Amino acid sequence: MPVIMYREAVRDALAEEMRRDPRVFIMGEDVAIYGGAYSATQGLLQEFGEERVRDTAISEMAITGAAVGAAMAGMRPVAEIMYVDFMTLAMDQFVNQAGKNRYMFGGKTTVPMVLRTEGGAGRCIAAHHSQSLEAWFVHAPGVFVVMPATPYDAKGLLKTCIRDDNPVLFIEHKMLYNNKGEVPTEEYTIPLGQAVVRREGADVTIISYSRMALRAEEAGKKLAEEGVSAEVIDLRCLKPLDIECVLASVKKTGRVVLASEGYKDCNFVCDLMAKIQEFAFDYLDAPIERVCAANVPVPMSPVLEDEAIPRADKIVAAAKRTLGKA
Amino acid sequence: MGTVKEVKRKKAAKPAGGEFSKEFLVGLLRRMMEIRGFEDKVFELLARNVLQGASHVYAGQEAVAVGACSAIDTRDYITSTHRGHGHSLALGADLKLMMAELCGKATGYCKGRGGSMHIADVKNRNLGATGIVGGNIPVGTGAALACKLRKSDSVVLCFFGDGASNEGTFHESLNMAGKWKLPVIYVCENNLYGMSVAFERACAINDIASRARGYAMPGVIVDGQRVLEVRKAVQEAVAFARAGNGPTLIEAKTYRYRGHSRSDPRVYRTKEEEAYWHERDPIKLFREDLLKQNAITEAEFDALQALVNEELAAAEKFAVDESPYPNPAELHDDVYVGWVEGPKGLVRIEQKG
Repeated sequence: MPVIMYREAVRDALAEEMRRDPRVFIMGEDVAIYGGAYSATQGLLQEFGEERVRDTAISEMAITGAAVGAAMAGMRPVAEIMYVDFMTLAMDQFVNQAGKNRYMFGGKTTVPMVLRTEGGAGRCIAAHHSQSLEAWFVHAPGVFVVMPATPYDAKGLLKTCIRDDNPVLFIEHKMLYNNKGEVPTEEYTIPLGQAVVRREGADVTIISYSRMALRAEEAGKKLAEEGVSAEVIDLRCLKPLDIECVLASVKKTGRVVLASEGYKDCNFVCDLMAKIQEFAFDYLDAPIERVCAANVPVPMSPVLEDEAIPRADKIVAAAKRTLGKA
Repeated sequence: MGTVKEVKRKKAAKPAGGEFSKEFLVGLLRRMMEIRGFEDKVFELLARNVLQGASHVYAGQEAVAVGACSAIDTRDYITSTHRGHGHSLALGADLKLMMAELCGKATGYCKGRGGSMHIADVKNRNLGATGIVGGNIPVGTGAALACKLRKSDSVVLCFFGDGASNEGTFHESLNMAGKWKLPVIYVCENNLYGMSVAFERACAINDIASRARGYAMPGVIVDGQRVLEVRKAVQEAVAFARAGNGPTLIEAKTYRYRGHSRSDPRVYRTKEEEAYWHERDPIKLFREDLLKQNAITEAEFDALQALVNEELAAAEKFAVDESPYPNPAELHDDVYVGWVEGPKGLVRIEQKG
């Protein structure tokens, strides 16, 4: 199976869907000539031309809202917001218009759009370019939130999102773009709302997504060296959420660690924690642990940035606490 | 007399500069009277507490929606605002379904989920109203982008108010439409107040239309109390857009008669100012014109008023007395396509159709 980079997987998904469906088009800041701030739209302008690959002004509200209007009028826009931090500027258009129009209008419209963005820390670019804000969007009814960790998932899920009739926030991770992974050449898609068990185990369940899913796997390996059998789940989609996969694992292990790069307070995993205690309380053998980003604006200095976001060793420590081995 | 719906949505445009048929002119008048009557009825129902929630009524601005929507046809889209009843009705919305929606009934345009501020009829190309000031300017712009990408000759009428012209969405969207020459007609209804704050107290410039220059599009000021003047300005803009020349910003100077909402005592403006605008009432002015041209007689006007009153009584009866509320069991329907809220969160359902 060919090995390609995460950003190539994103690009390939876009290209394949654009070839398949003339309604699909791309717009955003620096997506055309430059090929995307993280090179995820490289070469698309050359293949599809300026009509379908559109450089926009730096206008997050207009980019997002225009995607809403174009979607309602029959197109399938894939708009790009360069950093999830800039979603602050697009918030109304995505949450109030994209997410609500179908319901408010009595189910008589659809808003089939994808808003691609990327988030996460790791490049020392500080508090306006390093956040993980997915919790805000999981909170909002009417939109999906998808956060792939591997090239395989990035491609398969992005293709599904483009074909889906719901508005989707597709959050890539800036530290994953150069990661390589196996991606089949033949056509495939990945259904929304399906988590994947990256590592099977019996003692503790570590649940994560996006870059932290890789760190969770790393933690799982370290734990194995210390004789702890960790099951590692990559959610891939935060909404729709594969709660059944989570609950099955929790029922098996009775111990849970949740890892996320978002701020600790009101993190997405807080909701997951609530769901686990609602539906699997009797199976829990220890308090649920969460390993999240510190409640501070993500700092620039590499030392501070590293301290602010979860590392594998912190996940390992949390897993041990659930086992009384701290 | 043809129904207004037929007149408004007929594909054949009237010959430019030619005489209008009596049928057409009376159709415009009737639609304005229906909107006024609807809004008066809404106010009455609010006062009687039959209607819940907020309703921002359009009374006073009828010539803008009716004139503008008379210049487009079934190819075209509109986007509306929180003060949007007039836009929907001008496009041909059914009074009964409108009133039912305001009452939160299952028979309303949006099954009672949207109410006054969220009426849409996407099938008939009304992309809907929004509760966010300026919220639909990007959406209308995006619909125009879709028209262009599909290589259709459809256009979008994007309505918003003076208040919205100070939102970032206005500037970002007009820049986008100006640069990409999108087939959108921005119809800014300057009714002089953003809730209580007079436009002149809030804005650095006098005429919103002058902002068009900054976005490389024509800016037109039109008397928003004169339905045929609005129609003419929009017609020109529509022709301009269909020919691939891009957007136009039309500023219609108008006035809202009622307060911003029912709780507004209107302390921020004078009785004299209100009286001035009532003298320039769009229905009064157009009625006088039609009487002068013998397009309508006093008796015909009275008969028309009686007909409109009957329609509104029927709409009230349908909405208030005959329509059921939505079934609470359907609370979660239609948030997503293909997924529904289950006991543990979203679960996939069979796709319809």
